[in-house]
Amino acid sequence: MTSDSTFEQIRKFFNIIGALSLFTHRFFMNVLKPPYEIKEIAKHMYELGVKTFPIVSVTGVIIGVVLTLQSLPIMIKFGAEAFLPYMVTLSVIRELGPVLTALIFAGRVSSGIGAELGSMRVTEQIDAMEVSAIDPFRFLVVTRVIATTMILPLLTVYVDFLAIGGGFFASYISMNTTYDLYMSQVVEVVKFGDIIPGIGKTIVFGFIVGITGSFLGYTADKGTEGVGKASTTSVVYSSLLILIFDMILVQVALWLWPVN
Amino acid sequence: MAGKLVEVKDVYKSFGEQSVLAGVSLEVNETQNLVIFGKSGTGKSVLLKCMVGLLTPDKGTISINGIDVLNIPLKEMNELRKNIGFLFQGAALYDSMSVRENLAFPLIRNFNFTQKEVTQKVERALDMVSLSHAIDKMPSELSGGMRKRVGLARSIITEPMLMLYDEPTTGLDPITTKEISKLIRDLQQELKMTSIAVTHDLICAQIIADRVIVLNDGIILFEGDLATLTSLDDPFLKNFFSPEYLEDNYG
Repeated sequence: MTSDSTFEQIRKFFNIIGALSLFTHRFFMNVLKPPYEIKEIAKHMYELGVKTFPIVSVTGVIIGVVLTLQSLPIMIKFGAEAFLPYMVTLSVIRELGPVLTALIFAGRVSSGIGAELGSMRVTEQIDAMEVSAIDPFRFLVVTRVIATTMILPLLTVYVDFLAIGGGFFASYISMNTTYDLYMSQVVEVVKFGDIIPGIGKTIVFGFIVGITGSFLGYTADKGTEGVGKASTTSVVYSSLLILIFDMILVQVALWLWPVN
Repeated sequence: MAGKLVEVKDVYKSFGEQSVLAGVSLEVNETQNLVIFGKSGTGKSVLLKCMVGLLTPDKGTISINGIDVLNIPLKEMNELRKNIGFLFQGAALYDSMSVRENLAFPLIRNFNFTQKEVTQKVERALDMVSLSHAIDKMPSELSGGMRKRVGLARSIITEPMLMLYDEPTTGLDPITTKEISKLIRDLQQELKMTSIAVTHDLICAQIIADRVIVLNDGIILFEGDLATLTSLDDPFLKNFFSPEYLEDNYG
């Protein structure tokens, strides 16, 4: 019984991934076709930015503070507390900032897109658009995916700054580190090869959040149950895909920009 | 004599094992109002959705204005869709847009009207459904009857040659049902549109139908006028229009 349901779950997962790949192909077939819907993309970017701004702000500060407080005793033990700003900055820029922002973003945005498009599907708004000779895929999906792909890197840069600020704050409270010393170490350690992969992968993560939420909402089953399912599965699938792609992109980044 | 605008020939449609349409054929002449009657789940809405390309039949042909809708590229289908209005069962208003934006949306996207012309058309369409005061409301602020009216205004704003109504009065009280049905009839007369309405609502059919078709289990059971239909001796039809049925549905 258990093995059947596990097998069924695995089969379902790969079915969804297969259909998601076809949906992604459809996105790329449509993304360069006019009209470009600049106004609609800007509207979504603004809405997504406003929606996620408070939660990513809190996340950013907490990342820096917690990372510093957790690492400090270990660094002291090894007599390496002077390297704390280096460690915090690199961890934030290369990994924690992009991944945690993307996961928070997925939780907030992917579910929202899934629910919104799912509700439009169930109430026949997508059909209404189609019979009005308006391509709902280009108007609803392409615009949202472009918006999430563009806004997540911007949010990540913002979170990185806040996390480094949070790190300084915790360091100042714990060790009385001066602002000038902390920032000089931050500037010294950050290289081009740290910033590019960190921000670069958030473009992929933003795309994953947008395409997964759009796919599950756009193809939602009839009924309110379908809307709920689209919303929750969007978070699960986009979070999982973010982590899988992070694992791949980390390898690519280390190969292209090795840590010295 | 008016020519044929819609021609459906031997259409079949199944969903998995379940056969929904099993060889439906019908014709609708220009400016004629056809009502497709039948109980819920008999494939009425499926037939309408096949006509506009939202669903593809398994077999058969559908032509509108001489164009074979099942064998044309999407671009041509969209050109044809610009001349077809569709009122969905729940009105399908875009939740994120105001009434004004809902009505202006197809005009802005599909035609080259100036802003002034769009505004004039939106105001005129809302005036026709007596909802001028709701122009800046959001769909969530409207009652069921108002949503249907706005949906109707959005469907007729492009002055289509063919209007398709999917259960236009479902979920409305008898008074609002009469109002919406009369409005549909008046608009059809004013704009000289051809229409196909699917419903199981006798009041609506009495007001708008020139001709009636009864669909049951995917096949056409009756075709003719409403008076003949209600006087027939067929057990299914008698049951459909029985006092008990009418009592349950209309009080």
